[in-house]
Amino acid sequence: MTRAFGRSFDVLVVGGGPAGMAASVHAAECRLRVGLVDDNPNLGGQIWRGETTGTSDAAVWAERCRKAGVEALCGTRVFHHPAPGRLLAERGEEVYELSFEKLVLATGARERFLPFPGWTLPNVMGAGGLEALVKCGLPIAGKRVVIAGTGPLLGAVAVGLRRQGANVLAICEQASWISLIRFGGALLRQSQKLAQAVSLRRELAGVPFLANCWPLEAQGQEKLEAVVISRRGRVACDYLACGFHLVPNTELAQLLGCQIRKGYVQVDKFQQSSLAEVFCAGEPTSIGGLELSLIEGQIAGLAAAGRRQEAVRHFKQRAQLQGFAQALDRAFSLRLELQSLARPETIVCRCEDVPHRRLAVYQSWRAAKLQTRCGMGPCQGRICGPATEFLFHWKPDSVRPPIFPAQLRHMAGMARGEEAESKVVVGGDS
Amino acid sequence: MPETIVVMVNGKPITVPSGATVAVAVAMARSPCRRSVTGEVRGAFCGMGICFECRVKLDGKPHRSSCQILCRSGMEVTVDD
Repeated sequence: MTRAFGRSFDVLVVGGGPAGMAASVHAAECRLRVGLVDDNPNLGGQIWRGETTGTSDAAVWAERCRKAGVEALCGTRVFHHPAPGRLLAERGEEVYELSFEKLVLATGARERFLPFPGWTLPNVMGAGGLEALVKCGLPIAGKRVVIAGTGPLLGAVAVGLRRQGANVLAICEQASWISLIRFGGALLRQSQKLAQAVSLRRELAGVPFLANCWPLEAQGQEKLEAVVISRRGRVACDYLACGFHLVPNTELAQLLGCQIRKGYVQVDKFQQSSLAEVFCAGEPTSIGGLELSLIEGQIAGLAAAGRRQEAVRHFKQRAQLQGFAQALDRAFSLRLELQSLARPETIVCRCEDVPHRRLAVYQSWRAAKLQTRCGMGPCQGRICGPATEFLFHWKPDSVRPPIFPAQLRHMAGMARGEEAESKVVVGGDS
Repeated sequence: MPETIVVMVNGKPITVPSGATVAVAVAMARSPCRRSVTGEVRGAFCGMGICFECRVKLDGKPHRSSCQILCRSGMEVTVDD
């Protein structure tokens, strides 16, 4: 039998990365009951994965969460919003009904992927994805890795993999040198970021950094054997780590009905969304990096706790960091040549194996979905949606529940959301 | 806590560091995770619970995202042949 476990909080935070941890700590230090939900096994999000022990910044924030009495629900994925003030979440075989007065969305961002021939081969992975696996124990020492795509994550991943002994053969950055030099100019106004960039570059001594360069094809039989990169040709390797900057995770915000503007959750200066009870912090509001996420999280946590005066104190620092977000957007915008990487037979939707040639005849995402099942698989268009937006200028549809695949018996419970707390949701055989 | 854990991947014992995710065990078994709807082999891709390429059968339960679940001693992981 499946039971819905009920939990109620003054402030519920979704997403356990820097923004979510900062929001949780600041709300909980106001003596409120705070819940923090994340679908990974540990707190830290993607950027602090595996770093929440020891003496790192991540560990300091994790310790503050514990001291402040934040109830962390890890391995728990929100999939539905059945009624105002409630969310449903799955944790393994269990379903949770989470009630809240105020909600803070800190759902982070994912990598943007663009289809090119061979990108579905095993060992072609996201750049952040490969680093995540390495942080989770994948042995990478001595493996030959090519890193390709765009954005500052590429260099950070290269450093992380090199520290674990990877043989990073090249970093291929699609942006031009002119864009990168302009971006360097923006860094000059951010001393902390500049110091990070300089130390990153020093650690990557000996690794070729190729601007104006992108992957043309991944080759191999049952798994990756080589990658062909523009201007350089074929490079034999064990892994291709690729990512084309980041896209915000706004699905839950959309499900709740928050206003979205130019792909981001619209918030006011208190990080409050168009819905009075919903706040949003970090990458869903703009792709601006770790420091901005932390500040936004603190503001959101304080504002959600009703401490607006204290939140105001962080405004100045946030304004300084927001300039960096704009510089990122400008420097790492995608070049149009990348639209023609996919061949007619190249798969665009990995869940339903829909090739480019079947999609190119449609005018809209909706038409393509209905006719080809593109975007209808388990990832619900999270991978192919941003790709088709770039390839075909399609705009995604509205979001419908469940926003992540959920077990049927838990879905059946959705209809009974009003009475779910501490009651049997639906009979199951496990 | 022991420093390593042994899990079974398609009946083969694989030793992983403690704290490893199931996706790591599958990779260390030199095995892909699944076959796609047209039969292509696929392995972990996004590494963060978004793409669902890494789903496997875990202790008999299908469609588990192997990149988001920690290995437990004696776990039975089944991937598509």
